[in-house]
Amino acid sequence: MKTPLQIEFQQKALPTRLTSLAWVMIGAGAALAVAAWYVDGPRAAFNNVVMFMMLASIGIGSLFLISLEYVAGAVWSTPMRRVSEILAFIIPVTGVAALPMFLNLHDLFHWTHAEAVEADAILKGKSPYLNVTFFGIRFVATFAIWYLFYHFITRNSRKQDSTGDQLFTRRNIRLSAIFIPVFAVTVTFLAIDWIMSLEPHWFSTIFGVYYFSGTMLAALAAATIAIILLHENGYFGTLLRRDHFYSLGALMFAFVNFWAYIAFSQYLLIWYANLPEETFWMTRRWEGGWEFLSLALIVVHFVVPYVGLLAQEAKMNPRRLKIMAIWILFAHFIDLYWLVMPTHHESFFFGWMEVGFPLLSVGIVLLVFILRYRKTSLIPTGDPKLKRGLDFRL
Amino acid sequence: MQDARLYSLSAIFQTPDEIAHAAEQTVERGYTAFDVHSPYPLHGMPRAMGLKASKLGYVTLVFGLSGAALALFFMWWVNVIEYPLVIGGKPLFQLPAFIPVTFEVTVLMAAIFTVVGMLFVIFRFPNTSHQLHDTPYMKAVSSDKYGLTIQALDPLFDEERVREFLQDLGAVEIHRIQFDAEEIEARPRIFEPRFVTLLILVALLVGPSTYIILNHVLYMPPFDWMMEQQKINPQMKSELFADGFGMRSPVEGTVARGHLPYPFKGQPDLAGKFLVNPILPTESVLELGKKKYDTFCSPCHGNFGDGDSRLRGQFPNPPTLHSDKSRGWSDGMIFHVVTEGQNIMPSYASQIKERDRWAVVHYVRALLRAKHATEADLR
Repeated sequence: MKTPLQIEFQQKALPTRLTSLAWVMIGAGAALAVAAWYVDGPRAAFNNVVMFMMLASIGIGSLFLISLEYVAGAVWSTPMRRVSEILAFIIPVTGVAALPMFLNLHDLFHWTHAEAVEADAILKGKSPYLNVTFFGIRFVATFAIWYLFYHFITRNSRKQDSTGDQLFTRRNIRLSAIFIPVFAVTVTFLAIDWIMSLEPHWFSTIFGVYYFSGTMLAALAAATIAIILLHENGYFGTLLRRDHFYSLGALMFAFVNFWAYIAFSQYLLIWYANLPEETFWMTRRWEGGWEFLSLALIVVHFVVPYVGLLAQEAKMNPRRLKIMAIWILFAHFIDLYWLVMPTHHESFFFGWMEVGFPLLSVGIVLLVFILRYRKTSLIPTGDPKLKRGLDFRL
Repeated sequence: MQDARLYSLSAIFQTPDEIAHAAEQTVERGYTAFDVHSPYPLHGMPRAMGLKASKLGYVTLVFGLSGAALALFFMWWVNVIEYPLVIGGKPLFQLPAFIPVTFEVTVLMAAIFTVVGMLFVIFRFPNTSHQLHDTPYMKAVSSDKYGLTIQALDPLFDEERVREFLQDLGAVEIHRIQFDAEEIEARPRIFEPRFVTLLILVALLVGPSTYIILNHVLYMPPFDWMMEQQKINPQMKSELFADGFGMRSPVEGTVARGHLPYPFKGQPDLAGKFLVNPILPTESVLELGKKKYDTFCSPCHGNFGDGDSRLRGQFPNPPTLHSDKSRGWSDGMIFHVVTEGQNIMPSYASQIKERDRWAVVHYVRALLRAKHATEADLR
């Protein structure tokens, strides 16, 4: 229970092998992605949506976790906050990853076809929101806002390393308190724009919350994987203990349940009301082989993580927690695949084209992590909450 | 056990670090019947004491799963077996709609039985006394000291050695805790007449008083919003129409859905010639026909169409259906008679729906055939 007042922390450099691995993954993934784009442009574009949303989940979810820590005054996560700060740098990269999709807007979004909108009263009614100009404005504005918040919050955090000034914590609390409602609105826009509007006739008022639950899981899982890998290889020294891992696991477990709750709420209302304008989206996912993915989603995204994280030991043991975190990240990919892909084709498909994009996104996350890691101290050494965070006991 | 009246040796320590160290040492010495007391939760103490995870979790698990099973079973029984009612065109067993209830019952059962299990199994309620109660030791460790108590029933317990051990650990005081005379005699008190009587009294008090409060003191009339609607009932006056009639006749030249007029009114010959049974005699159709026949036809025609009326002369008995004349009738003719009536038999068009009447025709055919089975039918 004795911790030195001054943290003795020497940052180790990441092995260069990791950088090569990241480049190999990006190279292979990008080659497959470009090949897929030439073979079947629309299909590649739909894959790009999945990848884009996956990266956005991790990036924006990480930023939300950081702001949550500041607003809630949490101390347990302070020693690990830098991992989320590093992962949040994916936000600008995500913006870039979205650009190829603008080449295929017509293939992705039915509402971009002027003649289709003209002939369809519903699409006409939605056109003040669903038009390419406003869509682009929303896209740019969303990412600009996120990047600004990311920039200021992490800059304050890094400045604090040298000065240890409480002022920066206060500033970040204020920024975070503003960011959280902004996040709620923008993430809803993101989910509606890029997933819900793929089927422009469909609507679900809970959809933003549904995607939000996924972003939290993805961000937590990505951070957990990184933290445990760093911990196992001695990058954290002996600073982290089971209590920290338990808290990460418990938060993840909570969001597994939250996702199930939201997903079921959405399904139950659509199923109960049985209105054709809502049910067609579900029946699309109950035909042509998609029904197996729908059923698998319940198991992959809820049953397995629920059982796997239920025991106390599962959350305290870093090895087991790491496996569950990898699984949850995979589950989020399956979730996005299930949300996006049935729109492209009515029967289930998975081929080499679908492999390239996940590979590419893993490579991107890895590379972003490596590059950002070099410029940031892994421990927020100047944070006034750090000592309490390191002394954290359940 | 050296002394039946000795409960434990309890030592008092000054600092949390000392007590954590003492707990570790006690585990190392191999004592198992020991406990630690502190005025507030001590981080890391469960680990220092080598505590295993509580068994209470299994109670929660078992009762949670029982709750889920019970809720699902009950809803299945009500909705599928006891009172099958199609709601919103959904199947009788509508799993998605059952999930919220199942979830609630699971949580409720798990929570209630965790508390009950904790009270009755672990705390041995209604036994409320404990050897350490009202001792100077307990007073000290519930304000500003930390205590370690090693029970005499520990197999390794030896009073002198334990005393020495505790002193070596740095205990400032060591108390000898003894059983009270009545505690030695203590038995589980859950079936004690006094406790059982108390439970019965509580039940007798709570049940009727709840009934009286809800039904008489705080009585709320049942909602009658659906009964008291603003609408025109048959025979009522209407302010809307100039002629003041609430009941309107259909628009000229229209036919309401499901009310196609019967085209063979008073023309049994044409009906027998042109009407064809539109439904197939499947098992469910015969079941339906039997149900309708037994309800509407059998009082006069008898259960098997023999014309043996149950009405004991209150209404003239009809002739048997098994006569050569009626056996020669076509399906359309039978349908016509059911629809229009014949002689003193009234029309059943308003009691039995059209499709059901055709099912009755099938069933009557089956009855006729049963009494006049041919060689081929028996094979």
